[in-house]
Amino acid sequence: MTDSLRRSLANLYIPLGSLLAALIIFGGFCALAGANPFGVYHSIYRAAFGSWSSFQNTLTQASPLMLSSLCTALPARLGLVIIGNEGAIVMGGLAAVVSGLALSDWGAASPVVQIGMALAAMGLGGLWIALVGALRHYRAVNETISSLLLNYIAIALLNHLINGPLKDPSSLNNPATYPIPAVHMLGNLPGSRVHYGLIFGLVACGIAYFLIQRTTFGFAARTTGGNLRAAKIAGLPVGQLTLIICFLGGACAGLAGMVEVAAIHGRANAALNAGYGYSGVLVAFIARQNPIAATVVALLLGGILASGGILQRAHSLPDATVLVFQGIVFLSVLYGDSLQGRLSGLMQRFRRQPVPPPAPIGPLV
Amino acid sequence: MATDALGWWGVPLAIIAGTLRGSAPFLFVSLGECLTEKSGKINLGLEGTLLMGAMSAYAVSFLTGSPWLGVITAGVAGMGLGLIHGWLAQQPRVNDIAVGIAMIIFGSGLAFFFGKPYIQPAAPQLPSIAFGAWSQSPQLESALRVSPLFLLGVAIAPLMTWFFRATRWGLLVRAVGDSPDAARAMGISVFKVRLFSIMAGSFLAGVGGAYLSLYYPGIWSERISSGQGLMAVALVIFARWNPRQCLYASLLFGGAQAIGPALQSVGIDAYYYLFNASPYILTLLIMVFTCSPRRQLSGAPGALGQSQD
Repeated sequence: MTDSLRRSLANLYIPLGSLLAALIIFGGFCALAGANPFGVYHSIYRAAFGSWSSFQNTLTQASPLMLSSLCTALPARLGLVIIGNEGAIVMGGLAAVVSGLALSDWGAASPVVQIGMALAAMGLGGLWIALVGALRHYRAVNETISSLLLNYIAIALLNHLINGPLKDPSSLNNPATYPIPAVHMLGNLPGSRVHYGLIFGLVACGIAYFLIQRTTFGFAARTTGGNLRAAKIAGLPVGQLTLIICFLGGACAGLAGMVEVAAIHGRANAALNAGYGYSGVLVAFIARQNPIAATVVALLLGGILASGGILQRAHSLPDATVLVFQGIVFLSVLYGDSLQGRLSGLMQRFRRQPVPPPAPIGPLV
Repeated sequence: MATDALGWWGVPLAIIAGTLRGSAPFLFVSLGECLTEKSGKINLGLEGTLLMGAMSAYAVSFLTGSPWLGVITAGVAGMGLGLIHGWLAQQPRVNDIAVGIAMIIFGSGLAFFFGKPYIQPAAPQLPSIAFGAWSQSPQLESALRVSPLFLLGVAIAPLMTWFFRATRWGLLVRAVGDSPDAARAMGISVFKVRLFSIMAGSFLAGVGGAYLSLYYPGIWSERISSGQGLMAVALVIFARWNPRQCLYASLLFGGAQAIGPALQSVGIDAYYYLFNASPYILTLLIMVFTCSPRRQLSGAPGALGQSQD
């Protein structure tokens, strides 16, 4: 009882402590760069959560992050480290554009076009990551490397298509595909500037959580991730599980690409690989691969991303400041993970006998 | 333009020239990654190291006027990032892939942050050696211009093979990478050997970055790297953890990268972007054909990718 309580407390205060440490380190960094750290904190807070208007920007940034994070978080339950989110987003966006253009040419009604775009994006994104899972299962190709390579291949395909076969001749400086007719675009939630992608993200995270934690299928996946040998001996269909989970993860990232196309850009262009992929990996790891936690982390990270502009305007810090902040948060959260279980052990040791603190194993930074 | 006088011969010449110019970053990051992985850890963050190296080399060369000082600074800056990676990736329950991604974000963030003021000014560049001075053809002459930094990388490759095979330190690195438990029983500090290997590898990757900003393409911008740092891990698998084969792999990849621009120069640009993806497709295909679920890749360090206890 007390043990489980302590564990759940540790689950809460270690990530919070890591975030706090990251804020302090980042503050020091800003001070060195000649900006007032408290002013910077205040600006980030104001730009991210300060008003309803700015919070809407955060929500808009967070929705693709939620979807993209599932592409890492779901396969992680099988013990796979997949970072192909960017590629799946790009493929999803391309599928959405092609199917959207085809369906609207054909004269379909808006809901049909939108559903078609979403299904095509989820299908292609899912197949893209399922390919990674298949290579892993049948050829033992490392899933991290193959998904990374597929990112580059997807981006090359995108560049090829937007500069060649699908290019809208009127898009000269910023090559793009033909636009989706405005009537078929995803609308905004009533009374806001936030598009329906947010609902997609929240629902997908909820379903993913239910699937993994509350169904037999999820139990089988978690067993496989915990001990592959045992799962095989128990007769679990490891190959099928790998393919299905990877497909689902890729489908979510593909949907993120569709949302970017159908709610924001209206066409596929270089903005599709704007980094939501790698930020999604970040979200998944900070959330410890938990889909519900991913929604919260996506909001936090979305807030940080939304504050890039104001740091430039108000504190004359380069826009890469946001990148540095992200990096510090990520590193500090990873270090926090390593304290899990060690912290209480350390405290007990201190209580029993006043041993000298362990020798420093290496200088920090 | 280069093809005006040469016609279709310009294509192979452009590919050779592109190989000689473009292979060096691949070479340095793959040698660095090879050293790192031999000790049993993966450093996916070399992309950040490469960018940091490119930025610091450019900045120091601009500020002091000495490009070679820039090269050394780039290596040291890389080592700094390697120190963070090597320390963090060896903490319990920390995944080295995750640390790598964090280091890509952190390293490129730092590089862009501090590099902002250096995007405009022109820094002194590294000199080149003209192996084609005998030639009458200006195209051939410029194709055979080689950076001494590239020659240095070519020399390091066999040297590192010898280091692993014949020196005590090389044996230490291999022992730690193949069987950390046995190494620990021998009284070797696994932590220190891995930390030094990762730092030395990051030094090389930083130098690779200096090549980018101080020789080819010879500018500093946020888009200077075309993912060479990310490719390092794939290159090392391709080269089967053998430094000498890292050299061949780098030449192949540098050459593959030159195909797209070479064909574009004779007017074939329909598949320009797809040709640019050829190194990635090549790596993926090679992995598909050489990996097998029934055995580990030959040459792979035994403890590679295994989590810390």
